[in-house]
Amino acid sequence: MITDFTPWQSLGGGALIGLAAVLLMALHGRILGATGILGGVLRFADMDDWRLKAALLVGMAMGPLVLLALTGQTPAVEIPISTLAIVLGGVVVGVGVSYGGGCTSGHGVCGNARFSRRSLVATVTFMVTAFATVYLTRHVMGV
Amino acid sequence: MKLVSALLIAVIFGIGIALSGMMNPAKVLNFFDLAQIGAGTWDPSLAFVMGGALAITIPGYWLVFRRAAPLQAPRFQLPDTKVIDRRLILGSATFGIGWGIAGFCPGGALPALGTGEPEAFLFVAALIGGLLLARALETRGLRSKPAI
Repeated sequence: MITDFTPWQSLGGGALIGLAAVLLMALHGRILGATGILGGVLRFADMDDWRLKAALLVGMAMGPLVLLALTGQTPAVEIPISTLAIVLGGVVVGVGVSYGGGCTSGHGVCGNARFSRRSLVATVTFMVTAFATVYLTRHVMGV
Repeated sequence: MKLVSALLIAVIFGIGIALSGMMNPAKVLNFFDLAQIGAGTWDPSLAFVMGGALAITIPGYWLVFRRAAPLQAPRFQLPDTKVIDRRLILGSATFGIGWGIAGFCPGGALPALGTGEPEAFLFVAALIGGLLLARALETRGLRSKPAI
């Protein structure tokens, strides 16, 4: 499945991700990490924290709907792989981000923006294994 | 007010993810498929996402951290650990493998729920399963404890 190169749209989308991360830090003093938010919603120890993370989770899912209301369209979600790969990948991602302490948003954007060495190591590591995995699945296993 | 601002900030994030291409596994997997460079079909868009995000967060955080505290909370809550250990590296390596298999990362999949795409729900359900599995391993007495 070939996809178009969209440098300006991706740059603009990235800038909005960055803006959201800066606003969350300025107002709430929190890292905007999808893993931390989902993980927090799955813990029920501190209800103030739970409500904040639930609001963040709901807002994220509303993003494409607000975009649809504003522009009349929403970018595609295209799945070039099997349902089995989606489920397997989901479980593997869940275990990995749990031990790694974050994902693309928490380490890749927020951690790197505050020059955390842990986040730099995490980012380089998950990028390298993602490149290697796609090489293996597409060009060695031929999935 | 705190919840309203959090919701609006997350909407901005969700719009950014949708526009950027991060919620589209086809685009994510084409970015990771370097073998397409030779064929001329490689899609390097996602490098621009990280570039655009860091271009805002690096100066933005610098300005924010000049203040003593955030506007709607008593203090900044930042991770204080600086240790680069096996858990960080193996966990991140595992995450990258899953990202390469499915094409979704957590920040890409959560906004994708808003599109109603069934595979996004399936991925998030499996992601929750993975997070809970890591916690179950922790309570089973595995020495290495997950961070989140």
